[in-house]
Amino acid sequence: MEKNIALSMRNVTKRFGKVVANHNVNLDVYQGEILAILGENGCGKTTLMNMIAGIYFPDEGKIFKDGQEVVIRSPKDAFNLKIGMIHQHFKLVDLFTASENIVLGVDESGRYNIKDVNSQVSQIAEKYGFHIDPHKKIYDMSVSEKQTVEIIKVLYRGADILILDEPTAVLTPQEIDRLFLVLRRMKEDGKSIIIITHKLHEVLSISDRVAILRKGEHIATVDTCDATESSLTEMMVGKKVSLDIDRSEPVNPRPRLEVTGLNCHNAEGVQVLKDISFTANSGEILGIAGIAGSGQKELLEAIAGLQPLDSGEVLFINPKKNKPVTFFHKNMHRVLELNTRDAFTDLTGNPEPFLGKNRGQIRTMINTGNILFKEDEVISLRGLSPLEIRSLGVRLSFVPEDRLGMGLVGNMDITDNMMLRSYRKGRAGFLNRKKPKELAQNIVKELEVATPGVSTPVRRLSGGNVQKILVGREIAFAPKVLMAAYPVRGLDINSSYTIYNLLNKQKKNGVAVIFVGEDLDVLLALCDRIMVINSGRITGFVDARTTTKEEVGLLMTQNHADEEMPSAENDETTEPAAFSENAEETESEPETTDTTADAPEEAEEAVSDDLSPSSQMPEDPDTAVQEDAK
Amino acid sequence: MSTITKKKGHEPLFHLTKRSSFPGWAAWIVRLLAIAVGFIVCGLVAYILIEDNKKKPQDLMEFFEKFFTSFYNGSFKLNPSASRRYNRIWEFFRDTAILQCIALAVTPAFRMRFWNIGAEGQTLMGALAAIGAAFYLGGTVPEWVLLLIMLAVALIVSSIWAVIPALFKAQWNTNETLFTLMMNYVAIYVVDFFLKIWVPTDSSLDALPHGALPVIENNYLFIILVAAALTVFTFIYLRYTKHGYEISVVGESVRTAQYSGIHVKKVIIRTMLVSGLICGLTGFLFAGKDNTITTTSIGGQGFTAIIVSWMGYFNPLMMLFSSALVTILNRGKISTDFGVKGAYEDVFVGIVLFFVIACEFFIQYKISMRKFHTATKEKEAVK
Repeated sequence: MEKNIALSMRNVTKRFGKVVANHNVNLDVYQGEILAILGENGCGKTTLMNMIAGIYFPDEGKIFKDGQEVVIRSPKDAFNLKIGMIHQHFKLVDLFTASENIVLGVDESGRYNIKDVNSQVSQIAEKYGFHIDPHKKIYDMSVSEKQTVEIIKVLYRGADILILDEPTAVLTPQEIDRLFLVLRRMKEDGKSIIIITHKLHEVLSISDRVAILRKGEHIATVDTCDATESSLTEMMVGKKVSLDIDRSEPVNPRPRLEVTGLNCHNAEGVQVLKDISFTANSGEILGIAGIAGSGQKELLEAIAGLQPLDSGEVLFINPKKNKPVTFFHKNMHRVLELNTRDAFTDLTGNPEPFLGKNRGQIRTMINTGNILFKEDEVISLRGLSPLEIRSLGVRLSFVPEDRLGMGLVGNMDITDNMMLRSYRKGRAGFLNRKKPKELAQNIVKELEVATPGVSTPVRRLSGGNVQKILVGREIAFAPKVLMAAYPVRGLDINSSYTIYNLLNKQKKNGVAVIFVGEDLDVLLALCDRIMVINSGRITGFVDARTTTKEEVGLLMTQNHADEEMPSAENDETTEPAAFSENAEETESEPETTDTTADAPEEAEEAVSDDLSPSSQMPEDPDTAVQEDAK
Repeated sequence: MSTITKKKGHEPLFHLTKRSSFPGWAAWIVRLLAIAVGFIVCGLVAYILIEDNKKKPQDLMEFFEKFFTSFYNGSFKLNPSASRRYNRIWEFFRDTAILQCIALAVTPAFRMRFWNIGAEGQTLMGALAAIGAAFYLGGTVPEWVLLLIMLAVALIVSSIWAVIPALFKAQWNTNETLFTLMMNYVAIYVVDFFLKIWVPTDSSLDALPHGALPVIENNYLFIILVAAALTVFTFIYLRYTKHGYEISVVGESVRTAQYSGIHVKKVIIRTMLVSGLICGLTGFLFAGKDNTITTTSIGGQGFTAIIVSWMGYFNPLMMLFSSALVTILNRGKISTDFGVKGAYEDVFVGIVLFFVIACEFFIQYKISMRKFHTATKEKEAVK
């Protein structure tokens, strides 16, 4: 079948100062096809698309629409040429309904009639299989619904070329499937769709052809049926890249961070965390999965001391590597509690000396001095500021989601950013830039940061390089706990794998790594355990080695199905009563909290089982003491 | 393509691109050019506005010659008509020094993105305190003790005036711009109040016999040296100390500051305290220079300092240039009028500053005009 060219670009070049963002790009888009655009960060994908959408104007080259040369000076020109772009960051008015947003800015003669708009919107939705309520306000919508509004907005204007910039980055697997279904229908309808994405498997499943850009140049356009993940990566990076994440078995995992019953409200008074309890173990990567905005950010900030808590406890267990000391303890309750933290060993270093012993035997063992005690330092981080946390010797590193708004200072150079967390050291009053500079040079060298030098402002670097600087700095402080929120968001394959390798290396060094991710494939391949949260509460723990994407996806959206909650976003705006219900439910569901139980808690169960005759006793420390006093 | 029909739409006349790098010397040339263009435009405007035709020179060149000579005389030259033999060049440096001091006072706060526009009032309060000390204690204590007391009370009162808005900002996140602005008016009325007490009958306070600044060489050098020392101090404070680093981080992003463990409230209050102390020192200089006070003693320099600080990119060394430029303009403008209506003087300063600020746009961005060759090609294609 002869296909018509819908849009073509000839020798398009765009420069930003000395930087050439696009160089002599030639690209054709056919009618009724899905073209994927693939490339590393900063290779000029978005710039190229912005030129089609009228946001940038090309320095050189021509653009043809349906065989006719066109000049696109503004998004309005683009719309007139029936080209529409759905940006990564939605451009919607929160207080308007779906229809109001869709009709906003459309030049139509005649009277404005919202009813007509509503019916047209419904028609479009029906035609392509969208689910949308035209009357719903944007602030009530989930990310996926907002995206739907953006797409319909473009279709409403009659676009026959749609450009989607990373549309799947914020969606759950189920939502992605639904989106792809819609895209295929649009394709059948003769629309041309250009999709930018970093996820190779999506490219392979949805697109007809793939255009690969590298360093601003168009390398090739291949038919998807002839491509594989590795062939695409090779073209994209310019060399062969291994796409396997090397996941090792956790070595000697011990509880490092214990979080119990966290509840907190954000500045707007919305409860964002509900009864969160989990344990992060050393030498293990704990993944946190969830739809964007489910409380991941608040959870990490709460641990880091940036988010005030309503209730709950955050305990940091600082392992003491000193020689174990002989310990006589009279309080059996305390003994049992400490036992859950592997505080006791026998003289040979066996970590479970009380296994299968009853209370009397345990007491005898302690009194005869056959037990070694290695008390880990337990530090409560609750209510402490980041500074206080550090001054207690807690080496907690945090790679926040908002790199330039929180983790780094964009206008400062790399050296000055290195000392953001450590500048207080050294001579009183004056800054010492010598060590930070050395650190900056090391990071630039080891992580292959592309920068003119260490005195370049961080803002000038591309996303991947910014992230390397941030992660590099946080790792340089030899953390015991490393929390990373979306560390590969917006990063290309190569940079992403650099970050995964860094996290894995930390894990091997015995660091407790907490990884908040959005790409389920990565979560499943990188993590040891995955905690799934939805609307601020835990919906389950899974073993990353045995679980499936579908299982995690279901847990991510469990609320919607089980409790008929319209959406994650909506959840936050509902009245507090809904939350107390949720909270009660989590309390009454032992299996949810049960999954938090790690080896130590199992040990406790084992002990208390053996102590069954007096099992009610250990619950009450006073009785235990009294008994001992006799 | 053979099927080319008429091209749809026109290429835009020009579009902007951000420059990736622009050498420092070139930027300075652009700035100097901007000043030159500003002057020429001012001259033309003045020429058009001259109402008295007798005064109007016939030749434009002749006019410009007169314009620049008059401006130069105003800024620098020995004043031939003055009875006292004071040196206008020294005076120029002294005025620059005073403006630089106030600009230095607002700079730490500006670096923190705390828009303190209350330097006028803070300085005025410092001057009032110093004059008050001289008024009550003058003659009862040795002169150097009096000066120290004047300095101390000026520092205290100014820093109180500066810290009040900072406390409100830190505690309740009030808008510092409105707050500091309003504090200026309060300060003016406080001065008015004390003047009514000190000189109930007279309209103004006569120059006090005590509390004059020490004379080094002449009446000007002391102030100039103080300003130079203060410039170096502020430069080092902002660039090489932990305090300066904290100020920059808080200014860039409060979230980042919290993340890095900086006590944001403390930094806000401390930085405004530094601002207030510098204002106090400047107020002391005013008091020691004039030995009297009026509600308009500072003469709007607290506001001029804001633009000086901005034009110097909040860098104390760069600000030396901007405060000198503003002082030249302010002094020179006095002599430029040729029978033009009075307000022209301020229009003059405004026009030159406008050009200086606007030229920064051309340093940041490059303007690409519609290419001529594409236009000609287009024509050929149409043929």
